Amino acid sequence: MLYAILCYHDEAVVNSWTKQQDDAVLAKRHKITDKLAAAGKLGPVARLMPTTAATTVRSGREPLVIDGPFAETKEQLLGFYLVDCASLEEAIDAARALGREETGAFEIRPLRSFIPPSEMFKPRSERK
Amino acid sequence: MTDIAWIDAALTSARPQAVAALLRYFRDLDQAEEAFHEACLRALKSWPTNGPPRDPAAWLIMVGRNYTLDELRRRKRQDALPDEEKISNLEDAEETIVERLDSSNYRDDVLRLLFICCHPDLPATQQIALALRIVSGLSVKEIARAFLVNEKAMEQRITRAKRRVAEADVPFETPGALERAERVGAVAAMIYLLFNEGYSATGGSGHIRASLCEEAIRLARLLLRLFPSEPEIMGLAALLMLQHARAPARLDAEGEIVLLEEQDRSRWDRNMIDEALALVDKAMRHRRPGPYQVQAAIAALHARARRAADTDWAEIDQLYAALERLQPSPVVTLNRAVAVAKVRGPADALAMIEPLADHLSGYFHFFGVRGALLMQLGRAEEARVAFDRAIALANTPAEAAHIRMHLDRLMKDSLPV
Repeated sequence: MLYAILCYHDEAVVNSWTKQQDDAVLAKRHKITDKLAAAGKLGPVARLMPTTAATTVRSGREPLVIDGPFAETKEQLLGFYLVDCASLEEAIDAARALGREETGAFEIRPLRSFIPPSEMFKPRSERK
Repeated sequence: MTDIAWIDAALTSARPQAVAALLRYFRDLDQAEEAFHEACLRALKSWPTNGPPRDPAAWLIMVGRNYTLDELRRRKRQDALPDEEKISNLEDAEETIVERLDSSNYRDDVLRLLFICCHPDLPATQQIALALRIVSGLSVKEIARAFLVNEKAMEQRITRAKRRVAEADVPFETPGALERAERVGAVAAMIYLLFNEGYSATGGSGHIRASLCEEAIRLARLLLRLFPSEPEIMGLAALLMLQHARAPARLDAEGEIVLLEEQDRSRWDRNMIDEALALVDKAMRHRRPGPYQVQAAIAALHARARRAADTDWAEIDQLYAALERLQPSPVVTLNRAVAVAKVRGPADALAMIEPLADHLSGYFHFFGVRGALLMQLGRAEEARVAFDRAIALANTPAEAAHIRMHLDRLMKDSLPV
């Protein structure tokens, strides 16, 4: 089963980390994702910009464009991992390992469908 | 990340909201600070064993408030409490459950706290010092070091500032729309000043100055979270991030200034630039330009150019022209002249800055730019005079060294072959 592991954290705290602290958290998480990748279980991973950079488009007859994230919550959605796990238990283990020594929460959401990026897909920043 | 590092980050980020709410309860800055301090001590004791609370700010507000109320009751038993009537909401403060901080309350609390720090009665240096102490929670020692004054002088400066704002009596009622807009403007200006204090490096070690810039960016983000649809606040946050993103390339190994055009652009902080560009895009949609947005747009053009030669100087000239209309100032015209020199040549640029001589006769950058333009026009002797003047006005050794380099080049060129 494919699972999305959605990362919810207090962005005011995450934003006040120093570069060293941020790097330390990433390094710690990389140990987990490297293992998943080596086992062929890691899909796309994304880290989102702070919610102040977000824009919400509310659909309707006249779609409304609003500054800010969809939900004003204590913790914000700051990123996600896509993993291929044999069971929910395995996905929970992965989330536990990712969040070791952290606060915040991980929502594990099984995927209904997944369209892998096409050969053509290349982020603008990586185009020559 | 260790527990203590996390707790430290959580206390820092909860500070503005918690101190702001405590200020609303007690209407006294010192009392609010003391309550927060006590709550932090308890957090350091309790969180490592009991685990962190889901909402650290609410926890700190509740603990800080209960502590202070107990303290006040205790003191009241010992001696009559003179200023009891000054303590607002004593009745509802007795409730043991934390008041649910609705977002508008929270927003005005934090805005009030920020606004108190930049009250128009306070001179700029006191505003910044007070904000660093009260909102950011820097120690007096750290602030003193950043301003190159001794600790005692800084302590006095902060005490004086606190007394002044207490006398100024900032109202605790929910502000009206117009008043709120004025407060936001004053706070934005204070954040901008704080950033410039760090950026212009009029003294102090690079490390300390950089922390002032980071603090300003943190406050700008905070203000933007409070007012997510305010294009000028998006512009302010973007502007500060774009400037700060270049910090790693601004000084060379010897601590000398590297001009924008000569900076190693691979050392710029791309993550910070990308976030700022996203904010500039968001702000533009509102079609309500303002000085911060225009300055951010100028900085964005520099950030978007992969090489210095790719810079869109014509567009930068246009943006400075817009800024001159929004906020006329000789310094803006001086900056525009740099773009004009690129687009139309040094003669036009020199003609543009000649009328500024009276206003900017004590300004380092005026003589630096003037010298550079004269040098390009081959007027070596006049260029030398301008550079000499610039050196005399330099604020830092790095600035002086940079001008001396120009002078050396002039000397070399004028040697007989």
